[in-house]
Amino acid sequence: MRTLVCVKRVPITGGKMVLTADGQALETKHLGFTISPHEECAVEEAVRIGGEVVVLTLGPAEAEEQVRDCMAIGADRGILLETTEEWDAQSTAAAIVDAIRREEPFDLILFGNESADAAGFQVGIRVAHALGLPVVTGLKKIEVQGARVRCERDVGGARDVYEAPLPAVLTVLEGLNLPRYPSVPGRLRAKSKPLAVVEPARPEQKLEKLRLVVPEGQGKQAEILEDASQVVAVLQALGVA
Amino acid sequence: MKVVVIGGGIVGNSLTGWLAELGVTDLVQLDKGPFPNPGGSTGHASNFIFPVDHSKEMTQLTLESMRQYRDAGTLHECGGIEVARTEERMEELRRRMASAKSWGIEDCRLVTPTEIKELVPFVDESILVGGFYCPSVAVVDSLRFGTVMRERAQALGAQVFANTEVTGIDVEGAHVTRVRTTRGDFDADTVVIACGVWSPRIARMAGASIPLTPAVHQMIDVGPVPRFLTSKTAVDFPIVRDMDTNMYERQDGQGLEVGSYAHRPILHEPDDIPSIEESALTPTELPFTQEDFELQLEHALQLVPEVLGDESVGIKYAINGLLSLTPDGLPLLGETPEVKGLWSAAAVWVKEGPGVGKSVAEWMVHGEPEIDLQSSDVARFYPEQRTPAHVKGRAAEGFNKTYGIVHPTEQWESNRGVRVSPFYEREQELGAVFYEAAAWERPHWYASNAPLVDEYGVKGREHEWDARWWSPIINAEHLAMRERAAMFDLTAFCVFDVVGPNALDAVQMVAARQMNVPNGRVVYTPVLAPRGGFKSDLTIMKMEDDRFRVVTGGAHGMADMKWFRDHCPDGTRIEDHTSSVCTVGMWGPRARDVLASITGTDVSNEAFPFSTWQELDNGVIASRISYVGDLGWELYAPMERGLELWDALWEAGRPHGVVPAGIGVYGTTGRLEKAYRAFGAELDQDYDVVEADMAWWKVKGEDFVGKDAHVAAREREPAATLCTLTIDELSRTPLGREPIVREDGSPLVDAKGRRSYVTSAGMGPSLGKYILMAYLPPGDHGKLYVEYMGARYPVTVDVVGSRPPFDPDNERIRS
Repeated sequence: MRTLVCVKRVPITGGKMVLTADGQALETKHLGFTISPHEECAVEEAVRIGGEVVVLTLGPAEAEEQVRDCMAIGADRGILLETTEEWDAQSTAAAIVDAIRREEPFDLILFGNESADAAGFQVGIRVAHALGLPVVTGLKKIEVQGARVRCERDVGGARDVYEAPLPAVLTVLEGLNLPRYPSVPGRLRAKSKPLAVVEPARPEQKLEKLRLVVPEGQGKQAEILEDASQVVAVLQALGVA
Repeated sequence: MKVVVIGGGIVGNSLTGWLAELGVTDLVQLDKGPFPNPGGSTGHASNFIFPVDHSKEMTQLTLESMRQYRDAGTLHECGGIEVARTEERMEELRRRMASAKSWGIEDCRLVTPTEIKELVPFVDESILVGGFYCPSVAVVDSLRFGTVMRERAQALGAQVFANTEVTGIDVEGAHVTRVRTTRGDFDADTVVIACGVWSPRIARMAGASIPLTPAVHQMIDVGPVPRFLTSKTAVDFPIVRDMDTNMYERQDGQGLEVGSYAHRPILHEPDDIPSIEESALTPTELPFTQEDFELQLEHALQLVPEVLGDESVGIKYAINGLLSLTPDGLPLLGETPEVKGLWSAAAVWVKEGPGVGKSVAEWMVHGEPEIDLQSSDVARFYPEQRTPAHVKGRAAEGFNKTYGIVHPTEQWESNRGVRVSPFYEREQELGAVFYEAAAWERPHWYASNAPLVDEYGVKGREHEWDARWWSPIINAEHLAMRERAAMFDLTAFCVFDVVGPNALDAVQMVAARQMNVPNGRVVYTPVLAPRGGFKSDLTIMKMEDDRFRVVTGGAHGMADMKWFRDHCPDGTRIEDHTSSVCTVGMWGPRARDVLASITGTDVSNEAFPFSTWQELDNGVIASRISYVGDLGWELYAPMERGLELWDALWEAGRPHGVVPAGIGVYGTTGRLEKAYRAFGAELDQDYDVVEADMAWWKVKGEDFVGKDAHVAAREREPAATLCTLTIDELSRTPLGREPIVREDGSPLVDAKGRRSYVTSAGMGPSLGKYILMAYLPPGDHGKLYVEYMGARYPVTVDVVGSRPPFDPDNERIRS
């Protein structure tokens, strides 16, 4: 069984977003980085399924940190498509497709449903289309059954169930499973697992970013109540007391 | 008093509670964050306390803190073990045993690897040589304690405002007047900055400086640990400090916390700390830098493989935590020298927080803390030590020594060569080995004096630790001085004048001795704290009417200057001459001959008696005093003429065999033979003038700080007396702070509960004996020993009191 999981390095933000002076990016000097919660579940699922697990990312050199994190919980090998720039969804998908075609075929290719920062919702679908593979999105459960995969999607209290032949592309949602924390031996092993670094050529972008804007009213979502009388006033205003 | 405390961490909370306890009613506490955890270092602290420290002051603060935590029901004794992977570390652990005994921490003992395994079963004892076990090591709930203190203050009328950020501090006439915040202005005559890593930023709003730097210390939390699932408390097992790897491991409920001080120093700027809103966790829990912990993971895995090698145990939490580091690793407490009424209570660990809160509150309300805080006084730093280069350089260098083996005389490497005297070039040519004090480079001994070692038959020291940061050349220089004469670079003195029509009033109040003396007199006087202990000791020269020159040791000079300034009435001012005056000391039997050949002024004993000063015909001010107990003078020249003075003395000294000599002689061998006391060693706030046997002068009629307490001390028998002891057979050389014990190993404790320990130690080359000074309770204690590196060495009490073992009638000085 050979599974590829595609991940993206994203910042861990606090309640307040701060932009760089030119408004082009988040100010990240005080931020740590991770992969999005959907992707954490994808990696966990791949490790549980077993066989060879390869993690791929398109990102800066620092994204090696995220690939090693995935290796720490059980991924065997990593591929870093190194770039210092942002790529739109089409280019990202194309680069991933190129990388996949250079590899031995995968049985399963997993994506997070959307990335935690750009949230394009597209890359997984575009990759599947380019490879001519079936794709099922927004999944909360995956079961590999021999040459087929059975997967479930939440639809307001009920579940849609899909079956697809392998190889297939699946995009998953947080809640698919409970990802493990890396162990110390896992961390130490991750240091020496193989990582291939490639520098793909960035094609002309179909999407041009003008600037980022922090919406009004984002920030304080809570009001601190100083004493009991204020709490009572709020409860009365809500009509519950 | 109208007090505003800025900061709601362990220090701010403890201080606010204690201020209220001590009767401050107009009291406001602010923090820009929420309670109970506003997001400072306290919020993510590991919360464990190892009480034993080589510093008496830090140990006292820690023991007091533990008492408070315990009284508030927020302390859990779990025990702790400092483990050794090397024999060198075991030696250091024996030193810690000695300190435990000197400061009265009972029940500590050295343990074998097998015993460590019994106490902490998940440790791999096969990589250990032994350990130092302290059963009273505890874990505390610093947030809960802080809340208790804050609520106690509120019950007594204090107002507490969370989510209130300070935007400015107003100062008028060098006195604090107001704190400006996002919630409005608060008038205040007393403001305390207890802001942890933010303190320098807040201080700068008032034009003051608090010399600390925020720095990272990494920690991770792993779990769930199978063995901990059946634990009865959050910390069932003793905490382990893996000293040789600068790490610790402690149980935290079902998890294990692993912390490190081993990584590269990672310093941050106070202005660059993220806000609460911007932070993913809190402003002092910064993103973990994995690469800085890689080696540490391996080290920790070696020590606790059962836990960390378990694949089911996950790394759940990992941060680069921020804490405060200072240039000398000690806290920053007290009124800032720049702004009256603006206090600092910063760079304090959870283990000292409550003790600091009480002590600073006492200092603010009573004018004096019960625990002597001289080492932590924020006023101690010279401007050269407040620069970013100094603060960061030393903080970075000190960081990796957090669990280090630090020799008592070990020298810093960073930021050297900052203050040099006019004679520096000559000293370098003479092969001076420079030690640093107060940012000054001072020769400790001179390599060019090496031939003296054979000439005087001086022996070396056998053991590497004893011989470290020492040279037999020191003893040889001493003997050359006593036989001929030696010249010393003493430019590092802090020299300042008290000037003005009321200058006499100022010095009378500060100095214990009578200062209404004729022009030309030099007075060596104690400076007392309000309750009669020592605040300093220094020399005051009556220069002219309305002008007194204070000459004090470099290390404590800035705090002394502030103390004098605080007691200057209107119209009296302080003039700092430290950077305009250089000093050469010339002492020994030939000193007069040398001096006489460079000046026409009559320097005979009749014309120039002891304890007086004169301006010589060449413009040099000569003061006839002697900290080495020999004939001679301190010679002061304007800085720009210093080289000329040095060269003149050098030439004049050639025919007499004068040698250059360093602080090894001036600070240790010379004075120990004469039983001269040193502030910070024998003299501190814990002991009074009678106990130090320095009360040979009459008590003046005029009032002075500490007078009532001093008079009372003279009227009673001292609980202990400072003695000069010698080691019977010279083999090992204790270096200071070792306990003095009886035949059965039991410590000596006086009626005030103070234990006897070595306050100063060093060779007395002219006596051929190794000298120790210690306060001993009265009575016959039988044969006494000094405990050093786990062994006991017999000692003899040579003198009870201050009579000098060498030249007891002071014939040399007065010749």
